[in-house]
Amino acid sequence: MIVVVCVKQIPDPADPGALDPDTKTLKRDVKLILDESDSYGVEMGLQLVDAAGEGEVRLVSMVPNSEVSGLRTALAMGAESAVLVSDEALAGSDALSTAKVLAAAIRRCEPDLVLTGTESSDGYTGTVPAQVAELMDLPSVTFAKEIAVADGVATVKRQTEDGYDEIECSLPAVVSVTAGVVEPRYPSFKGIMAAKNKPVDEVDLAALGIDPGTVGWAGAGQEITDIAEAPAREAGEVIVDEGDAHERILAFLDDLKIL
Amino acid sequence: MTDAHDLETVRTEVRRLADKYGCEYWRGLEPDRYPDEFVADLTSHGWLGALIPEEYGGGGLSLTGASVILEEIAASGGNPSACHAQMYVMGTLLRHGSDDQKRRYLPEIADGHLRLQAFGVTEPVAGSDTGSIRTRAERDGDTWRINGQKIWTSRALHSDLMVLLARTTPADECERHTDGLSVFLIHLRDPAGELVPGLTINPIPTMMNHSTTEVFFDDMEVPAGALVGTEGNGFRQILDGMNAERILIAAECIGDGRFFVERASAYASEREVFGRPIGMNQGVQFPIARAYADLQAADLMRYRAADLFDRGEPCGPEANMAKLLASEASWAAGNAALDTHGGFGFAVEYDIERKFRETRLYKVAPVTNNLILSFLGEKVLGMPRSY
Ligand SMILES: Cc1cc2nc3c(=O)[nH]c(=O)nc-3n(C[C@H](O)[C@H](O)[C@H](O)COP(=O)(O)OP(=O)(O)OC[C@H]3O[C@@H](n4cnc5c(N)ncnc54)[C@H](O)[C@@H]3O)c2cc1C
Ligand SMILES: Cc1cc2nc3c(=O)[nH]c(=O)nc-3n(C[C@H](O)[C@H](O)[C@H](O)COP(=O)(O)OP(=O)(O)OC[C@H]3O[C@@H](n4cnc5c(N)ncnc54)[C@H](O)[C@@H]3O)c2cc1C
Repeated sequence: MIVVVCVKQIPDPADPGALDPDTKTLKRDVKLILDESDSYGVEMGLQLVDAAGEGEVRLVSMVPNSEVSGLRTALAMGAESAVLVSDEALAGSDALSTAKVLAAAIRRCEPDLVLTGTESSDGYTGTVPAQVAELMDLPSVTFAKEIAVADGVATVKRQTEDGYDEIECSLPAVVSVTAGVVEPRYPSFKGIMAAKNKPVDEVDLAALGIDPGTVGWAGAGQEITDIAEAPAREAGEVIVDEGDAHERILAFLDDLKIL
Repeated sequence: MTDAHDLETVRTEVRRLADKYGCEYWRGLEPDRYPDEFVADLTSHGWLGALIPEEYGGGGLSLTGASVILEEIAASGGNPSACHAQMYVMGTLLRHGSDDQKRRYLPEIADGHLRLQAFGVTEPVAGSDTGSIRTRAERDGDTWRINGQKIWTSRALHSDLMVLLARTTPADECERHTDGLSVFLIHLRDPAGELVPGLTINPIPTMMNHSTTEVFFDDMEVPAGALVGTEGNGFRQILDGMNAERILIAAECIGDGRFFVERASAYASEREVFGRPIGMNQGVQFPIARAYADLQAADLMRYRAADLFDRGEPCGPEANMAKLLASEASWAAGNAALDTHGGFGFAVEYDIERKFRETRLYKVAPVTNNLILSFLGEKVLGMPRSY
């Protein structure tokens, strides 16, 4: 079974950098790392391949530069190979362009199953997985918390607000994996060393047969019109207990209509 | 492997694994519980076999790389002493063991099936004067018969094997008193996991959680094949491994020092007394800055020593100076952190007092800093022997 996992490489959230006032997007000229949201998909993919007893996990990632650090982390966890789409013309791509590019790259991997995160940590539109499925004409299943594969059918538990739905769909399919549903493994030392020699196939738009004018700034159908500072947190109210603290806390919560 | 990018990856991944445990875990082990879970995790991820060559199933990492592993565990607030020996005690076997011994033991040490993390050198009477040890091994047909006592044999109760230094020729029949010593690789447990006959191990409670013990040998028999290297050449064989040990311990001290400086500088900037952060006072700020500078300097010596070691060049003075400078720098950083935290530094939940106790050991073990100074004075500077 070939499981393709889409992994986004993002600026380290611990060191988030800045927004570019001209383009109104995040500056990405820093070192990029594996988006933690995608480590769950990688782990899920590895577990499915283990359970199947055959096959491998392949990664697909798109970046405007040639960054591979995040891919190496996922390769060290156990993925076998990666396709990295890297092209200067990708700068400024919106979610739909990203999905077009990913779909083209995924096709090259001949997947039985495609896994993604439910939303990235930096862009978090949460729209790429369904767009990829639509462009590839594959079933789209979102918010998976458990996936089992047998006889060309995936049985997926979809997380809902009050529990989960259990659904079946034919393969190949695009399934987005909810963060936190599995514990991503820590790479072993040997995994890290092996990852250095695993193939990363770097392709540009021409190789994928995509016209640069349809992606990046040139092709963006989505425009960021404004950015603003998040409002600073207001100072809280300190209640000093003079015997009536519980009543004042209740009144406070009542005012907020929480009770 | 010493490529800077790989070292950064080692650093990041070990730190991520160590952070999964964090200070609360280490605090919970006090006073004397062994970190079984942490050690199992490090082992299964291949970190403790990192120094064993790949042909024996290890990671083939450089000493520089191995030192980064231990540094990060210490910097995360953990105590790498619980497992550092699994990384380096095998060095004696690797350098001086026969092909048979290496093929038999190293792969299982690399994957953690066999724990070789007990190193029996120090004795109660001989102390720092290793040449005066009294534990004897006598040849008796196909076996060696061992009698004597070791002290401060750390982790012996968490080890399957021990590298033991014992006298095989009486000192009065030797030219120098460091001749006539031999190294043995001995099994501490039978297949059922019980201590072998003739062996007694008692824990010694200490000021930090260190799983150290005293070991008694009473007519303990080991096979002839337990001898490692050349009979009578044990002192030099052991010395070879000590440079690696000193460099790794220096790196642990650097990690401890980073922990102290990070905690102290953060606390000094946050804590307000007399209406301003205490770190605005030079009396608080300067000891932290000073400790930082001392650590940086010691760190340069640690990398210098590790680099010489990795290139196979002599590194005795550098390895010893790295241990000397790093243990003193981490101790000064510990003191600065304790002072900065005022009363809170003594509260168990801040972890400063625990790390303070842990890092203090390295001014004394594996060799006291006085003995390092006398080594430098005599062997490097050519002054008369001071003892
Ligand atoms: C106008 C505009 C300009 C932008 N400019 C840039 C830019 O210059 N550089 C830049 O990098 N980004 C840029 N972005 C953001 C980038 O295009 C978005 O990250 C992209 O649209 C994906 O959306 P998302 O992160 O919200 O994905 P989501 O839909 O939240 O992601 C869900 C899942 O889809 C997969 N996925 C998403 N993106 C990728 C990817 N790139 N590779 C592999 N898998 C992926 C992952 O599995 C992820 O967990 C721009 C966005 C806009 C709207
Ligand atoms: C927690 C712990 C774990 C240990 N683990 C191990 C282990 O796993 N294996 C092992 O073999 N050993 C181990 N040791 C032993 C350690 O290496 C010794 O304690 C150390 O080498 C000092 O020996 P000693 O304790 O006998 O001190 P002594 O030799 O008695 O020295 C006492 C003091 O006198 C000073 N001194 C002695 N002679 C001189 C001199 N000529 N000039 C100047 N000063 C001198 C020393 O510097 C020291 O300050 C451990 C020790 C401790 C405390």
